[in-house]
Amino acid sequence: MATETRTIRPLSPHIQIYRWQIPMLTSIITRITGNALAVSAVLVVWWLLALASGPDAYALANSVITSWFGDIVMVLSAWGLWYHYLAGLRHLYYDAGKGLDIPTAEKLGLAVIAGSVVLTVLTVIIV
Amino acid sequence: MRYLTDRKRAEGKGASRTGTEHHWSMQLSGVGLAFLVPTFIYIFGHALGSDAAAAQAMFARPFTAILTGLVLVVSMRHFARGAAMMIEDYWRGTARKMALIFVISLSWAVSAAGLFALAEIAL
Repeated sequence: MATETRTIRPLSPHIQIYRWQIPMLTSIITRITGNALAVSAVLVVWWLLALASGPDAYALANSVITSWFGDIVMVLSAWGLWYHYLAGLRHLYYDAGKGLDIPTAEKLGLAVIAGSVVLTVLTVIIV
Repeated sequence: MRYLTDRKRAEGKGASRTGTEHHWSMQLSGVGLAFLVPTFIYIFGHALGSDAAAAQAMFARPFTAILTGLVLVVSMRHFARGAAMMIEDYWRGTARKMALIFVISLSWAVSAAGLFALAEIAL
């Protein structure tokens, strides 16, 4: 009774041998952007703290965030945010039990990628 | 002979029993952020690069201050739970606990620092 029975269970597909596909790629990017946005949040709060601390601190934070490197980080943050935003909306749609068949899921994935690029360009133009 | 019973070996390997609540809280904060974030991007983007007085005046306005406070707190709760999902997928044991403690502490620290800054600017 106390003997352990081990069954060989199928392992989930390993990414090195699994053919890349749109739903898989877009899901992984959702996770990466979501966690990377923590860096953006820290930068925004640093900027706010500097604004609260006075002109000198603000001048430093502002010059770092609006430098060429800061610009790259902010544009990447905007893209990450919009990507995560659209992918999150897609998740809510999935959670409603819709769009789960393969052709629709692939179209939605491409829409998320294209939409995030369009919204990032719009953000850069408007803001 | 194994001294552990089947029951003892099975303990702790089942469902966490908190998955539904976790998923619901991610949906809730996600929908909230979907409404909050576009306006915040617009305001923050405009404030970036302006001089200190203009930025201070902008974040001293009640609408901006309340919106920013909500974005900070809700997004940090969303981040803590989302990052916990990733950590629980890839790590086990002590490493998992340490990573969870780090991420949850970071989320509270960012929230607290941001709210302090907002209070300092707005009041």
